[in-house]
Amino acid sequence: MNNKVYNNRAWLLVLPMLVLVAFSAIIPLMTVVNYSVQDVLGPNASFFTGTEWFRTMLNDSALQAAFGRQIMFSLIILAIQIPLGIGIALIMPKQGWQASAVLILITLPLLIPWNVVGSIWQIFTRGDIGLMGWGLRELGINYNITRNAGDAWATIILMDVWHWTPLVAMLCYSGLRSIPEAYYQAARIDRASKWAVFRYIQLPKLTNVLVIAVLLRFMHSFMIYAEPFVLTGGGPGSSTTFLTQSLATMAIGQQDLGPSAAFSIIYFLVILLVSWVFYTTIMHLQKDKNSQGGV
Amino acid sequence: MSWMVWTLPTAIFFSSIAAMLAGMTIWELRSPSIERKGFLPISTTRGDRLFIGLMSAAFIHLGFIGFTSLSIWIALALSAVWLLVLMRWG
Repeated sequence: MNNKVYNNRAWLLVLPMLVLVAFSAIIPLMTVVNYSVQDVLGPNASFFTGTEWFRTMLNDSALQAAFGRQIMFSLIILAIQIPLGIGIALIMPKQGWQASAVLILITLPLLIPWNVVGSIWQIFTRGDIGLMGWGLRELGINYNITRNAGDAWATIILMDVWHWTPLVAMLCYSGLRSIPEAYYQAARIDRASKWAVFRYIQLPKLTNVLVIAVLLRFMHSFMIYAEPFVLTGGGPGSSTTFLTQSLATMAIGQQDLGPSAAFSIIYFLVILLVSWVFYTTIMHLQKDKNSQGGV
Repeated sequence: MSWMVWTLPTAIFFSSIAAMLAGMTIWELRSPSIERKGFLPISTTRGDRLFIGLMSAAFIHLGFIGFTSLSIWIALALSAVWLLVLMRWG
């Protein structure tokens, strides 16, 4: 029995932050909801449209296609970056100057702004002056991201892997470093194989950082904008047009506030749902494991 | 506030959300929620169930609006029933 006095008044200290969040996130979000049921033509000209924009957006075939591409992109990105990140973290040096050197080298892509990454790859893949584009052409490979959708996709995925795998690797690296040496000693006594050490010690201990890595990578890849926009502009055709780009075209290019608000809400709900399902699943798997007395 | 072109339906929507949150707070203060397991595959607290209920309500509405020509009030009624079921037995 503890005799601690519970005083929830400490929550009042959160109040300033709440006010800040209200103005930076909650009220703007409410505005979006408000716009989604209206046709806003100007400061004093708006008409109530009810659910019409939602119906239009949900049945828009271009948006449905962009949605499919977006999901495919996120799945491919996760399938490549998570295993690759774990692999890199496992072979990274554990101490000494090599560890620092590798860490700095590996972090470099993360320091480059998104649209700069897009520009770098745009130049890199050009057939006339880009190293990769020119090299592939000299090798006799017909590579052209402005004409061939497959090439454009491969390049965007390669670019994202180059840009963001380091994040996964760094998270996994920090997770690996926090495993006490005693676990490895016990494994050595048992003459556990490298695979067994990975499967039963390292991977379970990495669960928490992997949850963060997958969530971050999913959310970001599902909202990717600047990199493909700069690299391919959504082309060829609309083969690499993702949801954010459709949204930006609608909201900023065409000033269609109502439809883009409705679309934003649907987009937001999907991200919320996926993130929530993912987070809850992992957290409950862990809880079940703990309640069974496991690691 | 007229420049923000608020409409009555949006106002009602957000007032009900705010009322729900306030109500949940009071309920929690009166009798703190205990995490339990109902028909959902995970154990949940009262707040979890409200969140699940509201999120499924959003998707129920979207499904009705986008892919059927049924009235949105049916979606609302369905969501309300589902929310109650979820709160009680979820």
